[in-house]
Amino acid sequence: MEVFLVNLIAATFRVSTPIVLAAIGETYSERAGILNLGIEGIMYFGAFVGFLIADKSGSLWLGLLMAILSGIVFGLLMGFFTVTLGVNQHVSGLGITLLLTGLTLFTFRLFYGGRSTPPSIPSFQTLNILQNNPILGPILSQYWLTYLTFLVIVPLAWWILYRTNFGLKIRSVGENPEAVDAAGISVPAVRYAALAIGGGLMAAGGAFLSLFQLGAFTHGIISGRGWVAIAIVIFGNWHPVRVMLGGLIFGGTFALQLRLQAMGLQLPVPYETFLALPYVVTIIALVIAGRNASYPAALLKPYRRE
Amino acid sequence: MEAKRFPYQLVKTDTPPIWMRPLIPVLILLITFLITAGLILSTRANPFQAYYYFLISPLSSQVSFLEVLVKSTPLMLTGVAVTFAFATGYYNIGAEGQLYAGAIAAAWLGIVLAGVPAAIAIPLMIIGGFLAGMAWALIPALLKVRLAVDEVVTTLLMNSIMAYIVSAILNGPWRDPTSGWPQSPEIAENTMFFKLIPRSRLHFGFIVALVGIAVLWFILTQTSFGLKMRAVGLGKPAAQFAGINVGRTTLIAALISGGIAGIAGVSEVAGIQFHLIGDLSAGYGYTGVIIATLGSLNAIGVFVASLFFGLIDTGAQTVSRAMGVPVYLGEVTQAVMLLVALGMYLLQRYRIVRRA
Amino acid sequence: MFIVEMQSITKRFGDLIANDHVNFELQKGEVHALLGENGAGKTTLMRILYGLYHPDSGVIKVKEQPVVIHSPKDAIHLGIGMVTQHFALVPPLTVAENVVLGYQNSFVLDQNQIEESVTEAARRFGLEINPKAIVRHLSVGQRQRVEILKALYRNAEILILDEPTAVLIPQEVEALFETLNRLKQEGLSVIFISHKLHEVTQITDRVTVLRDGKVVGTVNTADVTQKELAAMMVGRETFGVTRSKATSETAAQKPMLELINLCANDDKNLPVLKNISLTVFEGEILGIAGVGGNGQKELAETICGVRQPTAGSIRVDGRDVTGKSPSELTQSGLGRIPEDRHEGMVVHLSVTDNLVLEHLDEFTRNGVLDHKAIRQYASELIQKFQIKAKPNDITRTLSGGNMQKVLLARVLARQPKVIIAPQPTRGLDIGATDYVRQQLLEQRQRGAAILLISEDLDEILALSDRIAVIYEGEIVGTLPAAEATPERLGLLMSGAVKEH
Repeated sequence: MEVFLVNLIAATFRVSTPIVLAAIGETYSERAGILNLGIEGIMYFGAFVGFLIADKSGSLWLGLLMAILSGIVFGLLMGFFTVTLGVNQHVSGLGITLLLTGLTLFTFRLFYGGRSTPPSIPSFQTLNILQNNPILGPILSQYWLTYLTFLVIVPLAWWILYRTNFGLKIRSVGENPEAVDAAGISVPAVRYAALAIGGGLMAAGGAFLSLFQLGAFTHGIISGRGWVAIAIVIFGNWHPVRVMLGGLIFGGTFALQLRLQAMGLQLPVPYETFLALPYVVTIIALVIAGRNASYPAALLKPYRRE
Repeated sequence: MEAKRFPYQLVKTDTPPIWMRPLIPVLILLITFLITAGLILSTRANPFQAYYYFLISPLSSQVSFLEVLVKSTPLMLTGVAVTFAFATGYYNIGAEGQLYAGAIAAAWLGIVLAGVPAAIAIPLMIIGGFLAGMAWALIPALLKVRLAVDEVVTTLLMNSIMAYIVSAILNGPWRDPTSGWPQSPEIAENTMFFKLIPRSRLHFGFIVALVGIAVLWFILTQTSFGLKMRAVGLGKPAAQFAGINVGRTTLIAALISGGIAGIAGVSEVAGIQFHLIGDLSAGYGYTGVIIATLGSLNAIGVFVASLFFGLIDTGAQTVSRAMGVPVYLGEVTQAVMLLVALGMYLLQRYRIVRRA
Repeated sequence: MFIVEMQSITKRFGDLIANDHVNFELQKGEVHALLGENGAGKTTLMRILYGLYHPDSGVIKVKEQPVVIHSPKDAIHLGIGMVTQHFALVPPLTVAENVVLGYQNSFVLDQNQIEESVTEAARRFGLEINPKAIVRHLSVGQRQRVEILKALYRNAEILILDEPTAVLIPQEVEALFETLNRLKQEGLSVIFISHKLHEVTQITDRVTVLRDGKVVGTVNTADVTQKELAAMMVGRETFGVTRSKATSETAAQKPMLELINLCANDDKNLPVLKNISLTVFEGEILGIAGVGGNGQKELAETICGVRQPTAGSIRVDGRDVTGKSPSELTQSGLGRIPEDRHEGMVVHLSVTDNLVLEHLDEFTRNGVLDHKAIRQYASELIQKFQIKAKPNDITRTLSGGNMQKVLLARVLARQPKVIIAPQPTRGLDIGATDYVRQQLLEQRQRGAAILLISEDLDEILALSDRIAVIYEGEIVGTLPAAEATPERLGLLMSGAVKEH
């Protein structure tokens, strides 16, 4: 039982990392008033670009960097459609997801052909901390990006949003862009910046799967994690710390399912029940949070001076 | 103060210049193919040759032309499904899951209706698929109407849940006992959609899709419910003020949308695969969103867009076979076309003028 | 010296010339009124000065230097501050955060430091305000103070106030004027946009009058009377439409609309209407006066069936219609003119569609629309109500006046027994305003009971037979028109007294 719990906790942090990274990225975007449904595609493309570059160059670091860069670029493209052109955010975001899904599959086929076993690379290794301690060892032996996510990226997101002038501008632009404009700040600049940061984090979340956890790229590598991240942002009321907690809850359920499946228990229900459970939980959470969800007032609204 | 400024600016106009309107689709195509030509070049293929295989070759033989119609069948149905929802301002991104709900129903009915005359079995399958898609659409629709939970997120999540349900069924009760493949048993012969043209793959589902287009046109333009849908889609507060029951209208439109997406699933099971399989749909539900948008939420637009996308899907396979360009070129082209069209949509409302 | 000179400014929006070779000069240390009717081009001119619009032609000089103002940022650098009608504040943020928004260049936002510096600035300019308060919780007057403080904090030497008194009660107006006078002494130059003559004569040194996008003239306030200013502003001396003597004073007064202890909550679920009891009789216009935001919007919505009452009842012609749906209300004889034209009509649908939207069932057979009957009905109404539009025009492309005519046509063609008219002339030009008022008076003549809700006191006084005043969701007094003076109404509107 003890081993089970230790492994569960360890897995929870590992599984939550990509979701939390992406959800924090989405938090930046939505706080600035843009619902970025490109998240799923940006994660997918990030996972692939990271893998491709790492495979071809032999450098995991270069792979990660290029993945993040790709996320920034497509975050900015989202900005072009929703900020500059002011078209429907749902459709633009979905369009970007479809584009990046297609582009990833196209390029993957180009480089790796139609082989049946996915190519793999040596991935980033976990940090071995207190390895001999039977309880803390497995829990603390995580990837550095997991540490960075929970100890730096989440607190930093809180600090930036609530304790910097840049964050003040992001929060304001998502609530009342007219006020930001009248204060002499460029609304598009703030929104583009938030989308770029957001895109970078989403892609990093995708690359975590291919460069850390799997060391491989598979067609189903993201399989809806981006959509979960979107739900978690609402669940976390657009607050980085609460978003992180939402991510951990999701990670926990997912990890539990993995553990149970790994133990080979003969369950009375199909194992897909557990896979689907996080989605069901998220929907229930949305229903509960739905009524007191404090959506950024300008979310989904393009801003253009009269 | 004199900073350097971009010498052109956008000026809002209410109506695009008349001469521009027919040009817009042409421009969209040109720009899309300019962008995708880059991808084709990256495979060291000749873009002109590739476009020949992509767009012309499928239309040059009867076999491949019929294949275009086959490919456009599910797209027409999901396009119609999404249009019903989007026209009412309900952003149903869940056609993919609703399609599978219909497919499950068809795979089941296809077995239990064995021996029933086709004239009864096939309508029952269609109705069953409609009801199944509708049932799957009911949850997010009710959450939206009753509790104001954002439907975009819930319908998306429901797609993932449905994917696991299909996987659970195919790996559980319906796993093929002899081969061990995750696919349901073959449906009975009398429940298979008949072929419109012998020895082709074109099946009765295409007629169903055409009926779907006609129903969409009729409801949107000829009925008071269609006008109510459009009023709700274009201005909820105003529709409510005018005495339209916004919740009910949204709910009904969402259910019709889910039902038609369900029929798309029936059509694929009964017309093409004859089994339920995990990748029955190549993202048809999502492509439906593109088609509805490109078709500007009207029946004729959806009809044309889905035929064109059928052509792209067929052409992508031709290019892939003939020149080794990855078949995913089709998906990329469709997404690029959507994004280019979104950009163009703006050009229709704005004129570029030189700054004074 | 002129601190601002705007020379020959022209600005077009499509075919509309909002500013036509406008010249405007602001002296240092003066309060200068920009006077004109709605749509005269005052706000456009000031949005140009603040960098929100770019003029098609013309020259702007600030402190005698020619400048090009691309954006509010440039304007702020030039020492220009603007307080708009819709406050440019971010409601969930604190006062201090709102004040420093976009002004601080440091990366870190030090809450203690900004609160101190905002407190210090508030003291220096005599604008008492708690820097920690969340703007969402402030009153309208307090929010305006934050806006002024925001401008002054950015070292504004030129302050543009766009209709600053529109949302204030008389006492808050007094406080604002005191502040302005004090700031003027300290060398601030103020541009005061208004269409209220008595305020202009009270607070300003000079007046520039605009009409139809052109300057009518600039005068010293001391040299003109209100009457002369009115003549400059409207091009004639008085409004064209006022009510004739009451029609039904002798007739048996039949109550057509009765509100009995009506209560309702606002969007945040807080009580906004408190025990409202009113009766409107046949052939009468009952005016509801009050400062904006005291429950007028919710009152209209509740009677129109788009907001559910939490208690009390509504009767139309003696029948209880509480909680009925909008379509049932329409059938019971209630004519509902929506407050916001853009939210009362589906502006992306055609004029025809909007004309029939409330009565679709009458034009439907077995669910199918009778397009022929619809076309005929629409053409008739377009002709009868002189709507300048083709039946298939998209409503959004119509002018405000024509949009309002579409709405009036939709409602009045039914000869309703009771008419709810909230802010029926807001944002309309004089011609359209006259038309709407004329229509309401004709309906009164016909015997309809009309509930007129307006923030425009002149309109209330011109049309109403009786006047009720709403303050914080309560009716604080009801007066016959003959006894209602602006002073007495003002006291009621401020909540200072109650009369029953």
